[in-house]
Amino acid sequence: MKTEVSIAGVTLKNPVTVASGTFGSGMEYDEFFDVSKLGAVTTKGVANVPWPGNPTPRIAETQGGMMNAIGLQNPGIDTFIERDLAFLSKKDTRIIVNVCGRSIEDYVEVVERLADTNADLLEINVSCPNVKEGGIAFGTDPAALAKITKEVKAHAKQPVIMKLSPNVTDIALMAKTAEDAGADAISLINTITGMKIDVERRRFAIANKTAGVSGPAIHPIAVRMVYQAAHAVSVPVIGMGGVATASDALEMMMAGATAVAVGTANFADPTASLKVVEGIEDYMRRHEIEDIGELIGCV
Amino acid sequence: MSKTVIEAKILSQDCIATDIYSMVIEAPSIACEARPGQFLSLYTSDSGKLLPRPISICDADAEAGSIRMVYRIAGEGTRLFSALTAGDTIRVAGPMGNGYTLLDKSAILIGGGIGIPPMLFLAKKLEAKKTIVLGFRDEEFLSDEFAPYGEIVKASDAGNIGFKGTVMDAIREAGVTGEVIYACGPTPMLKAIQTYAAEQGLLAYISLEERMACGIGACLACVCKTKEIDDHSKVNNTRICADGPVFNAGKVVL
Repeated sequence: MKTEVSIAGVTLKNPVTVASGTFGSGMEYDEFFDVSKLGAVTTKGVANVPWPGNPTPRIAETQGGMMNAIGLQNPGIDTFIERDLAFLSKKDTRIIVNVCGRSIEDYVEVVERLADTNADLLEINVSCPNVKEGGIAFGTDPAALAKITKEVKAHAKQPVIMKLSPNVTDIALMAKTAEDAGADAISLINTITGMKIDVERRRFAIANKTAGVSGPAIHPIAVRMVYQAAHAVSVPVIGMGGVATASDALEMMMAGATAVAVGTANFADPTASLKVVEGIEDYMRRHEIEDIGELIGCV
Repeated sequence: MSKTVIEAKILSQDCIATDIYSMVIEAPSIACEARPGQFLSLYTSDSGKLLPRPISICDADAEAGSIRMVYRIAGEGTRLFSALTAGDTIRVAGPMGNGYTLLDKSAILIGGGIGIPPMLFLAKKLEAKKTIVLGFRDEEFLSDEFAPYGEIVKASDAGNIGFKGTVMDAIREAGVTGEVIYACGPTPMLKAIQTYAAEQGLLAYISLEERMACGIGACLACVCKTKEIDDHSKVNNTRICADGPVFNAGKVVL
């Protein structure tokens, strides 16, 4: 039974990773299960310098999901390489480093710092809805997306995954734009911008007012967008958005994703991603699937 | 790989005041590790409510293998917990967080509202001389159980229990003294304690609360501002779930 998949020449032992920001760099979850069992660990976004993130409250629960406006708090690339990458290097899993920035120069600086590390893939976050500069500003305008993709590609040693925002009218256009600009893969969806109001206190539930909605509630939207993006490009697609179970992950794959990330579900069960790995294997046995590749885009 | 989410059996559940419940669960692995000031992550049975609820430990009996939590219904998640009865099970992980630093100094324990329960576990474990200050809105709960552990001073907003006013009013009026403060309660109370401790040159440990998502230190949802750059985050922010919930009052900005 072959569960390996390939993203831009990098082989993952199974198609399951985690969504950036929901898993730290894996250290905390490694106390619950050996993160080496995942196809890859995708880290929380890292910038060139430490970022303090947004004021609290940063999260709120919603029906079947949650919303967050963490604001990409991160310790900066120096600490990240020393501490987080050092930890992941001891693990038998692929390392996908999520990169964030306020300007193209910020992204390029991080990408260059990662060149001589053992990061396997770079995921460029152009879709965070919770920071004013950078982030989503690059991910909702095709011209800006093309520009940053080209610049990052020109400086990156590892293959580049562009992480797209669902907060656009035409996701196929954005996927194609990233591919045409040189992206080696794309990942989607980031969170969907939302708002919640605490009626008892007559205040926004989140200090940032708007926040990104995630979790099972958004899964069908993510499946639709993964399908549209996968049919618009020939590079691999990593599907994410409300994946909580193996069935959710298989849906993503059948819609066209080569790999799948488990996100908010990690909060509901720290071993959710491991259960997805095991559930996919179980499905393959039950359906006598020899190679997981048979399932990708099979609908 | 030492942590796990367990399915714990509920041994008892009692309503002890308006919307306040006392739940005892069977969790030997947690009970033998638990320290005062730590909390548990409780998961609801409703798949539409994903996030664990952080609930403080009111008592842990290592011999009996049980953990007691006293909590208030604050929303739909805790309402679901309150409907559980003996024999039911609940998914739980823990103990989480750092807990209080137990010092051999005369102590003032201050609990405000639903910050009172963790003080009971602390009162049992702390061997130093203690004065226990409890603040209520208008309904008393749990205070009898503190009797064996020290002198008790009460305050209430309504004035029907002990001194009328805040716990700080009661401390001043009753002339409570000590070398170290341990506190848990609403943020305005903790802020007042922070100021008081600074004025008096007292050491104070305060337990903070913030909305949490993962509860294990990965997501950075529940942070508190710090005076100095935090060693883990490299910014003036610290993780309440993993580096707290108890902090030296002199180190955090409320």
